[in-house]
Amino acid sequence: MARFIVRRLAGMVLVLFAVSVLTFAIFNLIPNSDPAQRLAGKNATPTLVKSIEKDWGFDEPLPVQYFETMKKIFTGELISYGEELNVEERIVEGIPASFSLAIGAAVIWLFFGVLFGFLSATRAGGWLDRAITVGSVGGISIPVFLIATLFLYFLTYKVELFPANGYVPLLEDPIQWAYHLILPWFTLAILNIGFYSRVLRSNMIDVMREDYVRTARAKGLDERRIMIRHVLRNSLIPIITLFGLDFGATLFGGAIITEVIFSLGGVGQYAADSIKNLDLPPLMAITIFGAFFVVLFNALTDVVYAYLDPRIRLGTSAE
Amino acid sequence: METESHSPWYLAYRRLLRNRLALASLGLFALIVVFVLAAPLWADHVAHTGPNTTHTTQKIIVDGEKREVVDIEGKPIGPVWFGAGGRFFLGADGGLGRDEMVRLMYGGRTSLFIGLTSALITTILATILGLLAGYYRGWTDAVITRTLDIIWSFPVVLLGIALGTALAVGGLKIGPIEMAGNSIWIPILIIAVVYTPYMARPIRGEVLAMREKEFVESAVAQGAGSLRIMFGELLPNLWSTVIVFFTLNIANNMLLEASLSFLGAGVQPPNSSWGKMVSLGAESIYTSPLLAFAPGILIMLTVLSLNVFGDGLRDALDPRSKVRLTRAEAAESAAGGAI
Amino acid sequence: MSPAPLLSARDLRVGFATEGGRLQAVDGVSFDLAAGEVLAIVGESGSGKSVTAQTILGLTRSPNAEISGSVKLGEAELLDASDAKLRTVRGERIGMVFQDPMTSFNPVYRLGDQIVEAIRAHRGDVSKAEGRARAVELLDSVGIPDAERRVDDYPHEFSGGMRQRAMIAMALALEPEVLIADEPTTALDVTIQAQVLRLLERLNRERGVATILITHDLGVVAEVADRVMVMYAGRVVEEGTLDEIFYDPQHPYTWGLLGSLSRLDRPRPKRLPQISGAPPSLLSLPAGCSFRPRCPHEFAKCPEMPGLEARLPDAPGHCDRCWLGAEQKRAKREVGGQIGLEAPA
Repeated sequence: MARFIVRRLAGMVLVLFAVSVLTFAIFNLIPNSDPAQRLAGKNATPTLVKSIEKDWGFDEPLPVQYFETMKKIFTGELISYGEELNVEERIVEGIPASFSLAIGAAVIWLFFGVLFGFLSATRAGGWLDRAITVGSVGGISIPVFLIATLFLYFLTYKVELFPANGYVPLLEDPIQWAYHLILPWFTLAILNIGFYSRVLRSNMIDVMREDYVRTARAKGLDERRIMIRHVLRNSLIPIITLFGLDFGATLFGGAIITEVIFSLGGVGQYAADSIKNLDLPPLMAITIFGAFFVVLFNALTDVVYAYLDPRIRLGTSAE
Repeated sequence: METESHSPWYLAYRRLLRNRLALASLGLFALIVVFVLAAPLWADHVAHTGPNTTHTTQKIIVDGEKREVVDIEGKPIGPVWFGAGGRFFLGADGGLGRDEMVRLMYGGRTSLFIGLTSALITTILATILGLLAGYYRGWTDAVITRTLDIIWSFPVVLLGIALGTALAVGGLKIGPIEMAGNSIWIPILIIAVVYTPYMARPIRGEVLAMREKEFVESAVAQGAGSLRIMFGELLPNLWSTVIVFFTLNIANNMLLEASLSFLGAGVQPPNSSWGKMVSLGAESIYTSPLLAFAPGILIMLTVLSLNVFGDGLRDALDPRSKVRLTRAEAAESAAGGAI
Repeated sequence: MSPAPLLSARDLRVGFATEGGRLQAVDGVSFDLAAGEVLAIVGESGSGKSVTAQTILGLTRSPNAEISGSVKLGEAELLDASDAKLRTVRGERIGMVFQDPMTSFNPVYRLGDQIVEAIRAHRGDVSKAEGRARAVELLDSVGIPDAERRVDDYPHEFSGGMRQRAMIAMALALEPEVLIADEPTTALDVTIQAQVLRLLERLNRERGVATILITHDLGVVAEVADRVMVMYAGRVVEEGTLDEIFYDPQHPYTWGLLGSLSRLDRPRPKRLPQISGAPPSLLSLPAGCSFRPRCPHEFAKCPEMPGLEARLPDAPGHCDRCWLGAEQKRAKREVGGQIGLEAPA
């Protein structure tokens, strides 16, 4: 197991390096315009452009450019020229909102996803199963911005059930915190509930066909115990890997749109504002941090998965 | 007793025909395609206006009554349906007073075009990369897989945003390929590249599995070269997977394009797409909700129809694929297992 | 007068509705199992032997299965028993061992825990510690060394043979009266097969647990069985005591099975004879005797379905399903100096 962890971490470092190179390429190499000009953004004066060029080393060879760029990003010195503020500070300010959104949504979608998947699988072919399948396919197909705008219009305007925007920090007022986040949470969760319930259903139906389930039945265990301790337990393991991939994708995907529509002021909204203003430094930082987070989180879930499957945890066998 | 033998394609075709839900979805998708293809017809003969033509100060006759397209407070006219002979069928959009229905149809053309083209590119790229990586293994595989892994490490939307914004400013120039910042091909290429790893990996997996089978061995024994084997033996067996992935990928791509355009990192002006229309409509969500809902619902219907049809295709081409299982099928496999 | 059988099946029929049509997996099978007896059910895949075994414990129940007939454990009818009733029988009165020890244990739980689970499902008053102690005892009794430590290991840490022994131990944990072993040695190496068979034989001898042994390998049967039942295409085609089957087989299929065994006590044949052809598709059986397409001795009467009858005056328990006369059978079964089935013309 220790060897597994070490190998995984080593691989991860290489990927992180490659990710940083690619981010550098995306922002500073591929586009067909002057990099300093691009970074200067909207209020570009010639002097500003010149000073950026020196500061970032665009007149130097590529490796130096890369190094300068990375240094800026990782020492917290990245500045958004258009807005004249420190990018990393703004990002840190936005983290609580973004993570509150993503984690809350994750809890909801995992709970309902597993619940619906379980019900679907144990009553396969019945009306409940069909209804859940239809709902799931529907859920997967609804774009986040449609759900968000529907919620916004019907539940905050037509019927003033929930607040339309704003983020209240958890420590300031937990109830308001949750109240402001309920609609955003469900906006993000609906898509994934559909997906996870289908995956769990499919896993469970596969596991139900396994020999050890037949053994359990032959031992005289009751159905409930078989379903939960044998079928569900084994079906949940792949879901963990899936969650590892999904959480990062959602945090830096659907969450951005949700933050924009509900004005939550997190990292996602910062990204969206930067897009509007064609302000590249913040996007550079958010992209690289986003990718890093995904890679780290994936590695973590792989380790958890390996721990949960004794075949991997203990290495294979006595044969 | 003789059993008729049919090609697997024919059997799949029959199975698909029996799946009414899948057929209905295909019909829905076809309807949407017809809808957007009819854009010029509608624009010329019914609405008598274009998608970008503004009518801010105009007045039109609705059921005999004269009404402003955009009133004094800047609120646009709501859905008129056929009250003005088809003009402003769904009302006007925001302060610019453009015909929403016409915009919807033209925007749809962009959305569908981007979705289909990028899906085509992704499918071709992913199939080739998957074949190369799975067949040659060794170094080729390592290089391809590592590269795909790196792209895969970026959250899809984030990567799209990064590329979309960076390229929007100055356009793209790689060797001989040059594109302006607002070219429609930029989002197409971005989306195509972003999703390639998601398709290439499963294809590579299938190629790896197929490679060990006997028909490959016998082809090698007959002296077939690598290209012949890859495209002559392996690829034909991949068709069902490829077709299903292609269909589902169109849906994914359209969703991604909509998200990117919503955020401003997708299609750039003067082009417009459904995603962009949603973001514009969201600005006046309380006064004219339809402006945001209409394109959003159309995106959903398109994606839904593609997903359901794609599922149906997958069931038809590989009935053992475990996505849906009716009670009868579940029981049959209990029987099959016991014998 | 023999005592009442422990387990008895009468006219058991199991049919499945499948996409290709109706499939009759078991078509009128009857047998008796006396206490302490070992009954071997032999046949190729598709013969219905596994379905028969699994139906005894109600493991084939499903919406598209049609099950009729009777299976009685003592006085209790099992075929239409409620799920609750069936659960008191499973593991407690009838234990079952399956073919593939690799996949028959849940990989994420410790082996000992799975045995304890079996025990506590029926004896709620047993504590975890007591259960674990019992599991250690059981593993030890089936010959697993260092049981005290190994009881905490995971299934993948055991070799195939050990896993199968553990399965047998688990099946016998509650000291059931009957043990059903469905192809217990098929997935194992030949040398390990012998060990597991010896274990089964020892357990039967020492504890008197009646055993139904399902297999496709007659060689396996010779070591352990008291009585043998040969199945083909869902029906019993011959049954009798071990000696009767091996020394006086009456059905061509049995001859084929015997002929394809390699025997140490006979000269080596030039080529191992096989039964030509393949088992029939259960969706389209020939009329009359199902073995006809592969039988070199087919004659005019065969299109009429033979009944399962005792045709030898001094062996009332030896039944078969073949129209050939006793003399003809004795003659035709000699191929190249030993019992076998010649290839059809």
